[in-house]
Amino acid sequence: MSSPTFVACLECDLLHRQTQLPSGGEARCTRCGALLYRHAPPDANERALALALTACILFVVANVYPIVGLEVQGTHTSSTLFGAVESLWDDEARTVAVLVFFTTIFVPAAELIGLTWVLVTLRQGARGRGAVPILHFIESVKPWGMVEVFLLGVLVSLVKLAHIATIEPGVALFSFGALMAFIAAAAAAFDPDAAWKQLETIR
Amino acid sequence: MSMAPTAARSGLLACEVCRLVSHAPPPGSDAYCPRCGAMLHTRKPASLARTWAFLIAAIILYVPANTLPIMDTSSLFGTQSDTILSGVAFLWTSGSFVLASLVFFASVMVPLAKMIALAVLAGSVQMRSVRHQRTRTRLYRIIEFAGRWSMLDIYVVTILVALVQVSTFASIHAGPGAAAFGAVVVLTMFAAASFDPRLIWDIQEKES
Ligand SMILES: [Zn+2]
Ligand SMILES: [Zn+2]
Repeated sequence: MSSPTFVACLECDLLHRQTQLPSGGEARCTRCGALLYRHAPPDANERALALALTACILFVVANVYPIVGLEVQGTHTSSTLFGAVESLWDDEARTVAVLVFFTTIFVPAAELIGLTWVLVTLRQGARGRGAVPILHFIESVKPWGMVEVFLLGVLVSLVKLAHIATIEPGVALFSFGALMAFIAAAAAAFDPDAAWKQLETIR
Repeated sequence: MSMAPTAARSGLLACEVCRLVSHAPPPGSDAYCPRCGAMLHTRKPASLARTWAFLIAAIILYVPANTLPIMDTSSLFGTQSDTILSGVAFLWTSGSFVLASLVFFASVMVPLAKMIALAVLAGSVQMRSVRHQRTRTRLYRIIEFAGRWSMLDIYVVTILVALVQVSTFASIHAGPGAAAFGAVVVLTMFAAASFDPRLIWDIQEKES
């Protein structure tokens, strides 16, 4: 039925025969140069799980504590990320509030929880409830997770505010920095091919 | 010149989710990935029409996104409205040259370059161009990756509104330009996702 030894380039459709790559190697399309697949160590998804779990904890810390505090003439204000979304909502900037909530809270959370859930169930050798739809969902929302852009936005706003007030970077600011790194590391470590193959054999 | 061995030419379909290559069903019936169940398409459906639709909507909204204020600051000295560009000018005149360049690049250059690039990509496919296929594919890869950075200013406004809303000396509110600007970013991301780069390579195969 299927031909698992072939891989098609998603950017130019050229067919390639899948080969064994050296450690750390990656295969690129011979015609357009797009990435086809990477070498993944056998414990890739174990590592991805450890990184995703760490990212989950950082996500909680980053959302519970204030990102940044501000002191002007003795008055102190600070805000968490969700507090900032609420401010926008109350300010009648509802479209923007929804966009910020979706890209910085909902998608990163869904992606991390989904990935962790799938990796935990695969590790237990069980098919797990909803692993396939979860992986489909993660794949479709992935471009909308923008933690790294948000972090840069925070830094730019801090520079702007530094002219008018005293800035106190909050715990969450550093947590967001670490979260960004761990989300990227978990995504890089995750070996979807191994996950799909394992899901196939469990079925 | 021999035809390049593509999946479509070999009667195969590649799954965009799990990347499994499987045999295409007889024409007329829907194809699903035998491994993950995702719906399979030889090419993204109505790719060019969707790309143009999202792109034209983005171009229209690009005007209010840049002319309407994204932020209103009221203080004891009166009210000041900031567009994207005046925000960049403020950073520049206050000496933050690196940040001013960064915001200018992310908020002005990236969306503009992305819209031009998408028009070039969709247009060149429609004109059946066989030139610079590798470069055009690379261009697609870059805009797909770079588009997200345009959200920068939206997050800057978010933090400023949250922190300065309640203070005694000034208040900052999000302006209508912010929603328009957010819509431009979202629409260009949809446009890029609708475009199928494989169309760039299909033409040569049909004609050579
Ligand atoms: Zn290719
Ligand atoms: Zn599939």
